[in-house]
Amino acid sequence: MNLYAVLLRLFPKSFRLEYGEEMRRIFDRRRASTDDPLSRARLWLEALMDVIPNALMAHVDILRQDLTFTARTLLRTPGFTLTAIVVAALGIGATTAAFSVTDRVLFRELPFGDSERLVSLYQAEPGYSRFEPSPSHYRDWKQMNTVFTDLGASASTSMNLIGDGEPLRVNGSWVTSNLFDILRVAPQVGRLFTPEEDMEGAPGTVILSYGLWVEAFGGAASAVGRTIRLDEQSYTVIGVMPRNFSFPNRATRFWTPFRFNAGAFEDRDNHYLNIVGRLKPGVSLDGARAGMKAVNARLRLIYPKENDLTLALLRDQVPQQARLLLVALFGAALCVLLIACTNLASLLIARSLQRRKELAVRTAIGAGRERLIRQLVTESIVLSLLGGIMGIALAYGATPLLAQLAPANLPLPEMAAIDARILAFAALMTIATGLGFGIVPALALNGENSLDGLREGARGGVGGRRRLRSALVFAEVAISVVLLASCGLLIRALWKVQSTDPGFATEGLLTARTSLPVGRYSPTAARAQFYEKVLTEIRALPGVKSAAFTSFLPMVMRGGIWDVKIPGRDQNRAEDKVSMRFITPGYFETMGIPLLKGRDFNSFDTRSAPSAVVVSESFAKRYWPDQDPLGRVVNVTFEDRIIVGVAADVKVRGLERISEPQAYLGHQQVNDGWVPFYAPKDLAVRVSGDPAALSAAVRDIIRRADPLVPLSDVRTMKNIIEAETASRSAQLAILEAFALIATLLAAIGLQGLISFSVSCRLQEIGVRMVLGASKSHIVRLVIDDGLRLAAAGVVVGIGLAYAAGRSMAALLAGLDPLDAPTFLAAVALSALMAATSSLLPAMRAARVNPTSVMRIE
Amino acid sequence: MTNPDPSPFLPLPLATFHILLATADEARHGYAIIQEVEARTGGALRLSAGTLYRSIQRMLEDGLIEEVRERPAPEDDDERRRYYRITRLGSAVARAEASRLTELVAFARAAGLAPETRS
Repeated sequence: MNLYAVLLRLFPKSFRLEYGEEMRRIFDRRRASTDDPLSRARLWLEALMDVIPNALMAHVDILRQDLTFTARTLLRTPGFTLTAIVVAALGIGATTAAFSVTDRVLFRELPFGDSERLVSLYQAEPGYSRFEPSPSHYRDWKQMNTVFTDLGASASTSMNLIGDGEPLRVNGSWVTSNLFDILRVAPQVGRLFTPEEDMEGAPGTVILSYGLWVEAFGGAASAVGRTIRLDEQSYTVIGVMPRNFSFPNRATRFWTPFRFNAGAFEDRDNHYLNIVGRLKPGVSLDGARAGMKAVNARLRLIYPKENDLTLALLRDQVPQQARLLLVALFGAALCVLLIACTNLASLLIARSLQRRKELAVRTAIGAGRERLIRQLVTESIVLSLLGGIMGIALAYGATPLLAQLAPANLPLPEMAAIDARILAFAALMTIATGLGFGIVPALALNGENSLDGLREGARGGVGGRRRLRSALVFAEVAISVVLLASCGLLIRALWKVQSTDPGFATEGLLTARTSLPVGRYSPTAARAQFYEKVLTEIRALPGVKSAAFTSFLPMVMRGGIWDVKIPGRDQNRAEDKVSMRFITPGYFETMGIPLLKGRDFNSFDTRSAPSAVVVSESFAKRYWPDQDPLGRVVNVTFEDRIIVGVAADVKVRGLERISEPQAYLGHQQVNDGWVPFYAPKDLAVRVSGDPAALSAAVRDIIRRADPLVPLSDVRTMKNIIEAETASRSAQLAILEAFALIATLLAAIGLQGLISFSVSCRLQEIGVRMVLGASKSHIVRLVIDDGLRLAAAGVVVGIGLAYAAGRSMAALLAGLDPLDAPTFLAAVALSALMAATSSLLPAMRAARVNPTSVMRIE
Repeated sequence: MTNPDPSPFLPLPLATFHILLATADEARHGYAIIQEVEARTGGALRLSAGTLYRSIQRMLEDGLIEEVRERPAPEDDDERRRYYRITRLGSAVARAEASRLTELVAFARAAGLAPETRS
């Protein structure tokens, strides 16, 4: 083979076979007439200039022909075409949508400069792997480490913003002045903080989020330089961050410097900072871990009780459960795509059978096999392209729903955009789909002698294709069983979580958050007055049974964990902790928390009375398992308090987590200005009717009591409980949709196959009928066929589903991955699906006229 | 037999036109077509192999030329070669193209942009 023959390989095979030999001969002739190297070089150059563009054009010619032919064929069978496009769209759409979320949460870089070198630093201790360091730790780590270019800190807060309109309650963050530099972000308008603005006594400055800027100032550039009031202090707006910036989470709407005073660094147990550092060039995460371990060892010499320290990339903060759910979701989407491809392949095989004669004729008139395969692949790519376009539209429509799947505690932009990266993924999926389901029928075609197709009634190759299609249907059924069972497991887990007793009565409870500005309400008596006035008026509203304030409602705030000591016992264990709340009298009655022993607080529990505490049952059991806890002394909030009551336990940390025991303190038994963060602010109102109907009246009462106190988060306790399972429900909704699609696709596939096998067996059926088989017998015959086909898929599917269930055990809330009711339901559904999809072909078989089918023979 | 309609093929690509002319009087194989065109144009147009056979493929599909089974005089024949001859449609198309070009030249002449020739 000479070089020119190699060059000719650029032409389509069909062209080469037809004309390659002649072209070579012409080239040889010309070469023979050249004698010097120069003209020989010119000849080669000419050959290149001739072959390359002409070969390309020859391919384009074929493509154009194939496309024209494809358009004609597809338009001739609109039912098939539409089915194929919708099936492809479902598969590609599901995968693209799932990818857009998974990519954003798990893989995509955070919107910060050089973001993969940003590291979060936490303290660690047995039982709680990560918790926040104190300002004192921040100071020491920053000074002593050699692995970070700089460390910065932030802490979430929320304040009352008074600007032009109604007072707003806004979430924000305290930050060190260097934080934005560490993140390498720039403001959209204005400037960042200077170190001087972060000094004790410096005048207040604030940077707004894009959202707050638009809401409070209509997005006017003149906002910069203006003064706003946050919790009755003045702050100058110095800048606005860009729209896609959020830190440390999406809820944060403003940033203001800490302005630490000297006292802030004294208490090493004041854990509330998020610390982030930027790795020095050349330092790896492991290097940083080693460096910080050395720092911690030195700190232990000064503070023997110092906790461990742990580092993680800022990127990797996604909670394990959220990660697992996303992976499950993506897996489910891939299953849908796989079923879609299988289904399309099956559809195309069926159609290529119908077209055997046409294809055989084309082969006979000289279209090479390569051209036929090319034609079939062109068809499937066109179908998948159309499906891909529709799939992207589907994925785009699903983004608002999918946005709920991203955990809120991550510094991610609000919405996943369908951008170039997502489109590239979708394109890849589309091409893979087109090739995937186009190649199979093309290869099936390759395996048979196409002249057989010309023979009337020929069945050559039918058996082989039936086996291939059976295998495809088997795979579809298996995958759909996996999805159905996984979905069932998650539904059962959701029910289990939803039926968890939170420890209080959730119905008929209205909640809201007020916030007493720190300055004026620092004195305990001033707050007591406010509570008295508000609660008296609320209790007088029609339908209200009782009302009370607490520091934080359960599940609204999960933290607030304090050390606790029992005087006289030498205890200093990690588990000596309580979830501490200040409450007003009537809280237990309002919440429906049973008071098991002793009494509630009352108006006499003031500073002049002995300090009292109500503990939860688990607390009493922990320290006095066999004795009466009433009258015992507990040291909490650094003060000895006498136990006056025991209340039932409450799931403070949420339905799915283990909560610490609780300790409740009377709202009047606290020194002026002490722990203002814990001043009661969450309102609970027990009503006999619809709780939501009261919100306007409650809002009025608060406004009358103090117009500068904002009321926010007005919602029923039922909403709060529902929010507990909201992300689970959202994910489940999507998973359910996937399972439904998968089952539907499997049903389509099965039905297609049964129809096909019925049409192959028409004569046999006719013979049976002549021999006296009843219509119902024929129907049963066909349905049995369908069930048999499905059965093998179900068996394998259950095995796979069990494996899937085990791998997502962490999501199952303690449910057995081999939960019998779930698996029975999945099997029953699959059997139903198989029976239903066999029914139509079965009825067709029963309507067969025996004489007419037998005449064909 | 109705006369075929040549209009969808007009205007004709240059190579196609020349191939039609070269196969009008007798069946020719590829290399002969190239030589014929080269001679006819005084060496101005030298078809490359790729262009030639891509044109031939299209013209066969369109039915402008056909491959002939019966061979010319045995002494000229090379049995591995494939010979092509113009079809009825091909002739009609070539004729239509020629009159289109004639008309064009007449326009140019009327505009004084082409030399007068004695007929």
